[in-house]
Amino acid sequence: MAQPVITSPHAESKRPFLTEQRRSRITAYTFISPFFILFSIFGLYPIFFTFYLSFFKWDALNPMKFVGMKNYELVTSDPTFWISFSNTLIMGLMGTLPQVLLALLLAVLLHSGMTKFKKTFRILYFMPNITSIVAVTLVFSTLFGNNGMINWMLNGLGLDSMAFNSGWWGVKIAISTMVMWRWTGYNAIIFLSGLQSIPMDLYESARIDGANRRQQLFSITLPLLKPFIIFVSLQSTIGALQLFTEPYVFLGQAGTGSTRQEGITMVTYLYSEAFRNGFFGTAAATAVLLFLVTILFSILNMLISRGTGGDTGRKKA
Amino acid sequence: MSTLRMFRKKPDDLGFFGKLGFYFLLILGALISVFPFYWMFVVGTNDKGAVFHVPPLLTVGDQFFDNFKRVLEKADFFQALGNSLFVSSMVTVSVVFFCTLAGYAFAKYEFPLKNMLFVFVIATLIVPQQLGVLPTYVIMAKLHWIDSYKALIVPAMVNAFGIFWMRQYISSAVPTELIEAGRIDGGGHFRIFWNIAVPVITPAMATLGILNFMTVWNDFFWPLVVLKNKEHYTIQIALQQLFTTRDGLDYGMIMSATFTATLPLLIVFLLFSRWVIAGLTSGAIKS
Repeated sequence: MAQPVITSPHAESKRPFLTEQRRSRITAYTFISPFFILFSIFGLYPIFFTFYLSFFKWDALNPMKFVGMKNYELVTSDPTFWISFSNTLIMGLMGTLPQVLLALLLAVLLHSGMTKFKKTFRILYFMPNITSIVAVTLVFSTLFGNNGMINWMLNGLGLDSMAFNSGWWGVKIAISTMVMWRWTGYNAIIFLSGLQSIPMDLYESARIDGANRRQQLFSITLPLLKPFIIFVSLQSTIGALQLFTEPYVFLGQAGTGSTRQEGITMVTYLYSEAFRNGFFGTAAATAVLLFLVTILFSILNMLISRGTGGDTGRKKA
Repeated sequence: MSTLRMFRKKPDDLGFFGKLGFYFLLILGALISVFPFYWMFVVGTNDKGAVFHVPPLLTVGDQFFDNFKRVLEKADFFQALGNSLFVSSMVTVSVVFFCTLAGYAFAKYEFPLKNMLFVFVIATLIVPQQLGVLPTYVIMAKLHWIDSYKALIVPAMVNAFGIFWMRQYISSAVPTELIEAGRIDGGGHFRIFWNIAVPVITPAMATLGILNFMTVWNDFFWPLVVLKNKEHYTIQIALQQLFTTRDGLDYGMIMSATFTATLPLLIVFLLFSRWVIAGLTSGAIKS
């Protein structure tokens, strides 16, 4: 074999550049690259830019002007922001906590109460989740109308009508009901799949040891269900903090969008700051605050979920 | 064995009344889940006054087509439906393709930084969409993509959940030996992926596709931000527009529209519900 003299001495002993290993690495990187490219452009870059933007005054047209912490001061001194903040928390709590408990109850019922029709019930409970939030909100806005069905039922029970589309509590109750209706069944199905993953032998041996139903629930079911409870409550918390469509559509009848105080949430506040008022800087500051609140509540959620349910579920291995 | 176990009376069996209570609660829950769909149909098929009829009207009427005619006067309903169909299909095809590719790479290839990159993919799941929405809007403006479907399609073309889910499925469903055999036979990487892996994982791809289709179809926030022109509205925006008419709310019209807009998704869901629910729960289990 006549090799050119200039070839470096290594080359002879080495395999060609595109070895099998290299080739498969390049393939792997190519296969995963679409995500990383798109995420860099439409995920990572915008996140950093939001932080950057939150220190500037900008209307998306004229040049940006550095204002330091001014946007944060403006947002945190705006009473509407704090209303949106407390609304988000109140509606989040009202929509999430009962929803998770109810979902747990439904899942336990579905799991232990019966074997018949289980599939049918799963489908029925999941149906609310596939409907668009806009459609859900429109339907519920008729049910929650002044002369709507809910008030008719309240009157039937001897209670006064409630102003669900304008009252402080009314609006919150209506919106959290929509959230609950949409998500309870979804969460119940996730819990159900968790329940089904618990081996039956555990219950059998517990029964042999003389554990009653309640003891079984607290020392087998709940601890083993913990990962699912954490997943569901975390997802619900994050979802609750991002509440937008329900209040926007429900209170937006006059075409003004949801700037109504009773139901304004942090995301509707952000939306109107940016796309209605053209204050991109304060909107960016709001987004950053929303992000911090989300992280805070996610951590809180993890701590609470970890604290409850006892040590039985904590895996040693 | 297991059938025997089923028939054996458990020591803490609920008894007749306990069972009755169980069924009662379950049926009540199911009724609450389904009622709004029925109510939508009731209002959509009755005349204007039906919504606030006392006592509430619960029977289906015959005004559906009259109501729907008014929808067509107010909005380009079918245009919006078509727009949604177009955007959702494009996103879905792309998401299924790219997520399957990436999931396959994470499941079956060895490469430097693999675990770190995968953790990064998962970590992106917890970042709220709203955090980046303003700069994304600015990017869209710079690209002149505002009011175009590209703004809806391109950023959504691949997502972390899909990668995560396809990886989980591929790890367990595609035998590595099969891929190695393909390599020995001299197949190219993409060829092996396409001819060996894809046929095995079609159910998972279908589930991901349906879940993703529903998500995109039902999205409201982002289309509201980027779409300006009525002709480009997706169905969700078009529905919301019907609700903002100032001349009194015509609920018969609105509900006939929401019903018609919900029906296709409902049918698809009922046909594929087993896959959808299975996909959903297996996604949750590993989280």
